[in-house]
Amino acid sequence: MSDSPLPAVDYLKIPDDGDPYLEGYKCSSCEAIFLGERANCSKCGERDQMEAVTLANSGTLYAYSIVHRSFPGIDVPYISAIVDLDGGGTVKGNLINVDPEPEKIEFGMPIEVVYDDALGRKDGEGNSYLSYFFQPSNAAS
Amino acid sequence: MTDAYVVGVDMIKFGRFPDKTVPQIGAEATHLALDDSGLTIQDMEALYCGNLGQASGMVGQRILQEIGQTGIPVVNVSNACATGATAFREAWASVKAGLYDLVIAVGVEQMGRGLLGGAGGSKGISKEGLLGSGTMPSVFAEAGMEHARNYGTTFEQFAKVSVKNHHHSTMNAKAMYQIETPLETVMNAEMISYPNTKLMCSVNVDGSAAAVIASEKKAKELGLMSRAVKIRASILTSDPWQERDLVMPDVNTCTRRAAAAAYEMAGLGAEDIDLVELHDCFATAEILHYENLGLCDDGEAGRMIDDGEVALGGKVPVNVSGGLLSKGHPLGATGIANIYEVSTHLRGEAGQRQVEGARIGLTHVIGLGSACGIHILEKAS
Ligand SMILES: [Zn+2]
Repeated sequence: MSDSPLPAVDYLKIPDDGDPYLEGYKCSSCEAIFLGERANCSKCGERDQMEAVTLANSGTLYAYSIVHRSFPGIDVPYISAIVDLDGGGTVKGNLINVDPEPEKIEFGMPIEVVYDDALGRKDGEGNSYLSYFFQPSNAAS
Repeated sequence: MTDAYVVGVDMIKFGRFPDKTVPQIGAEATHLALDDSGLTIQDMEALYCGNLGQASGMVGQRILQEIGQTGIPVVNVSNACATGATAFREAWASVKAGLYDLVIAVGVEQMGRGLLGGAGGSKGISKEGLLGSGTMPSVFAEAGMEHARNYGTTFEQFAKVSVKNHHHSTMNAKAMYQIETPLETVMNAEMISYPNTKLMCSVNVDGSAAAVIASEKKAKELGLMSRAVKIRASILTSDPWQERDLVMPDVNTCTRRAAAAAYEMAGLGAEDIDLVELHDCFATAEILHYENLGLCDDGEAGRMIDDGEVALGGKVPVNVSGGLLSKGHPLGATGIANIYEVSTHLRGEAGQRQVEGARIGLTHVIGLGSACGIHILEKAS
């Protein structure tokens, strides 16, 4: 079992000596950004031109749904959000610190990415995980 | 190249058949379509079978083991919710290419209940409810909210799609449900993923549908032209790269490309289409496809549902069968069931729900991942 939390997804990086961040892979030929390490670009077809880039911790809300029914054991309702990060890259995650009501959610609202324990979820070996969440950038964290 | 015609087509009444096997369910539609054409399995030169749940299970051969092992070539296809349309297209292509004069396409599915998608995550911890939602109702809710973002489409407008399609299904004995659902009922049903309530999600059902396709020469030789339906276009696309691909499946671009290619192949435009069976897996999705298929201009879909243009009796009726929302959505069968519905109208045999004077119809399915299949059909003159 690991002493420190593991990343919930492989594009969440946890440096030994710094803050966690989201990592994209950018095609140096066409500038398309992907999540997760890869060798080839599926936008332009270029090979071996992918470079790791640090994605921004700020962005805007592109679209969302409010999930009222999910699988057993998952707390509902919650907001499933699609966020366009400043500087490129689109990620999906839970939007927190907003009431799950359509009237409280605005398209284009400024969002910040925050990092926290993965809702207490552990794997079969008992490892804890670190995940990322979205919240309105004016919210107190 | 020869023209290809549907000379026999049918579907079973969709429902739940836990005591039957997948090949048994598929065999029923195969028999129905053969009977509709007046031909037998011995007349078929090849069989194309669409099924998702047992994609590695040789379902097409097992259907022949139910109804007649004639030794013909069998191709089993799997292409998400475009599976049935893909099997139909492969059958069409084999006739167009001159390989065969008489073939049959079958689509069949036996579904579980409950939510589709989202359960995945091979290692570590489950991501559902941690990194948003991957369930199908959520994915299509988000696609609908993109439309709301762009054009101000409302929850009520999305809900009206379900009111319409459930109303249509009251005239279709082969639909899973025949129940009117007024607007308040749809909007007040259990919220699954806003803005999709339970009555705005397609129904998981078991079902099968089949179509016999003939070359022009063979259709004439057998005297089958009077009820034949000409396949004017068959198009399949996959999804081109999109900026938000990784987190937001794009159901729009591959549909738009398929529609443009289908209209070009048929030498027709959207204004020539008399009825449409499109992929209303969720009420939100149907709204997007009015624009994707060119039935209206971008941003006009909300008005189109408000004005009743897509209801039976309207300018271009959409999903008069009841659609996936009420007829049901047995994934592998859906694409061929759509062909059955449109063909039935072109033959003037749709009874109470008949689209009057229908000459040309369009079917559309989309499978996430993605695959879009469009067919344009015309009454043979
Ligand atoms: Zn590239």
